[in-house]
Amino acid sequence: MTEPQGVLKPDPVIEPGHDYGSITEKIASIVDTGRQPKFWWVGFGIGFALMQLFLVSAVWLLWEGVGVWGINNPVGWGFAIINLVWWIGIGHAGTLISAILLLLRQDWRTSINRFAEAMTLFAVACAGMFPLLHMGRPWFFYWLIPYPNTFGMWPQFRSPLVWDVFAISTYATASALFWFIGLIPDLATLRDRATNRTGKFVYGLLSMGWRGSAVHWYRYEVAYLLLAGLATPLVVSVHTVVSFDFAIGIIPGWHATIFPPYFVAGAIYAGFAMVLTLAIPIRWMYGLHDFITARHLRNMAKVMLATGLIVAYGYSMEAFMAWYSGATYETAMIEHRLFGSFAHIFWALIAVNVVIPQVLWFPQVRRSTAALFCVAMVVNVGMWLERYLIVVTSLSKDFLPSSWGEYAATRWDWATYIGTIGLFLTLMFLFLRVLPLISIFEMRTLVPGGAGKKGGDDE
Amino acid sequence: MSQIFHPSTNTLARLSIFGAVFAAAALAFAAGIFARSSVATGVGVAVRQEVPFSHKHHVEGLGLDCRYCHTGVEESSFAGIPPTATCMNCHSQIWVDSPMLEPVRESFRTGDSLEWVRVHDLADFVYFNHSVHVAKGVGCSTCHGQVDEMPLMWKENSLYMEWCLDCHRQPEKFVRPRDEVFNMDWETPPNQLELGRHLVEQYDIENLLSCSTCHR
Repeated sequence: MTEPQGVLKPDPVIEPGHDYGSITEKIASIVDTGRQPKFWWVGFGIGFALMQLFLVSAVWLLWEGVGVWGINNPVGWGFAIINLVWWIGIGHAGTLISAILLLLRQDWRTSINRFAEAMTLFAVACAGMFPLLHMGRPWFFYWLIPYPNTFGMWPQFRSPLVWDVFAISTYATASALFWFIGLIPDLATLRDRATNRTGKFVYGLLSMGWRGSAVHWYRYEVAYLLLAGLATPLVVSVHTVVSFDFAIGIIPGWHATIFPPYFVAGAIYAGFAMVLTLAIPIRWMYGLHDFITARHLRNMAKVMLATGLIVAYGYSMEAFMAWYSGATYETAMIEHRLFGSFAHIFWALIAVNVVIPQVLWFPQVRRSTAALFCVAMVVNVGMWLERYLIVVTSLSKDFLPSSWGEYAATRWDWATYIGTIGLFLTLMFLFLRVLPLISIFEMRTLVPGGAGKKGGDDE
Repeated sequence: MSQIFHPSTNTLARLSIFGAVFAAAALAFAAGIFARSSVATGVGVAVRQEVPFSHKHHVEGLGLDCRYCHTGVEESSFAGIPPTATCMNCHSQIWVDSPMLEPVRESFRTGDSLEWVRVHDLADFVYFNHSVHVAKGVGCSTCHGQVDEMPLMWKENSLYMEWCLDCHRQPEKFVRPRDEVFNMDWETPPNQLELGRHLVEQYDIENLLSCSTCHR
């Protein structure tokens, strides 16, 4: 589509006037001058404080038991699973940007893939906390892994919860490898720029002897492409498996074939919202407008708009299928959602996840960072409400009225959830401090007339 | 500033990739070995007791039957530890001055139980019925080993769930005729499988493998 710019060529993915040296200087100096803008300290401080809240609530949970949460019979999942799905979903944008956009040769990914991948890793770390804590006895987490244990038993392979273990651990491993491999040339740059022995040692160790020889680059390209190929199916598979946690269950509102695609779209929707939520402040904080250009923000807004529409289609299909099938319990569940005790959440969800993001149709909104940031925050909230609705409404009212119940989160539910946001922020700010947040060597390939590829044509 | 890593460390970097994988595998393997070692299971480790009671002396030497002391093994869910009175049946007349037996006499005088250290202690979340195992042809020595050759009692088997399941999955490999249950010298016959299958049918032995068989 064409934006009203009066030129046929798309905007550059890097503002003019940069050469190899200026790119390296701009990005690497964020890390190795050791000075951070005030906003970094504020953000890190808030994140670190909230992380303490997580530690307190986790310790209290382990001390007292999962009863400190609002989970009950019949709503045995509650916040823990809502937050697991929310965090895992957020991670998906990182993998999509790093793997799929790489294979599709979308060179605008270069400016955002590094911190989006970091976001993926940290989101998976936060997500992992919830099933672990929800176990009640997390020190036995390894019982979920098939190994020759002293019980003489394998895990229940027919359970999607076991599939989850595989999906999420594979995802975490592949994402970490992909991130690390992509970092190696930049770690070598930091090693070479380091002025003190500690930096020299740490970055030297991590760069694993990278000298930038032709053989090194050749192997790097092969390895990175292979990992991208391996990571690509993960974008689809992980949230598909997470959706199976619900879809395999025979509870009304869960047992639907639309769940896998609808979850994957929702994950990418949530993920791009979170990338925007991070990109806009980071860009402002470090003055990176030359690298994270208006075109990047626009593209991400468009991805959000598209995936948001798929999600909206998912919502309408759930309601449509309930009516079209005439299934009693399915219809009752939809009625309960629309008009029952959780109706306020449903209508809030429709407002924030379906109605408000439609403003992204307007180019003016896509060009305004403030507006984009607001829409992204709204979607972050919306995707959380969606998972709340799915988990809680279906569990609280299933087939038998005698087993119906209500659900209310306790303060410890909130403390744990907000605490993981603190964990996420802490990790993110530490990442900004110690690693280059944009891939230096890939940005160099974008310099016009440089060794790299030509500008992309995503418009 | 010059590089601080010598080029030879590149080899170390490469090795570390493989090393990490093997180290993790080795750790997991070691943990598996440890969990099954007698340090963790207590198998083959004689347990110190207040009174150093010898099954070897009483069973092999004197020829007492298991059921003389462990009276409930055939009827009760709990095999049972004999009361001090059972000891005193004999020890009121023999070894009456033995200092080793003073705790037994004291227990008899005061009525306070002897504090035996339990050797076969199943986890509390396991439902176990001793009598049904005896009734279905599981011999004493199948689980407890050659108790008649143990001067002090020890565990012959780990009591791990994998050990329970060995038999619950294939009882025909272990069962014996009911009248051989208390035979401490019973040896698995060459035709055990054939005999076992016959006994499984005859005694109506089910492969009880549901979780709730034991975890009720």
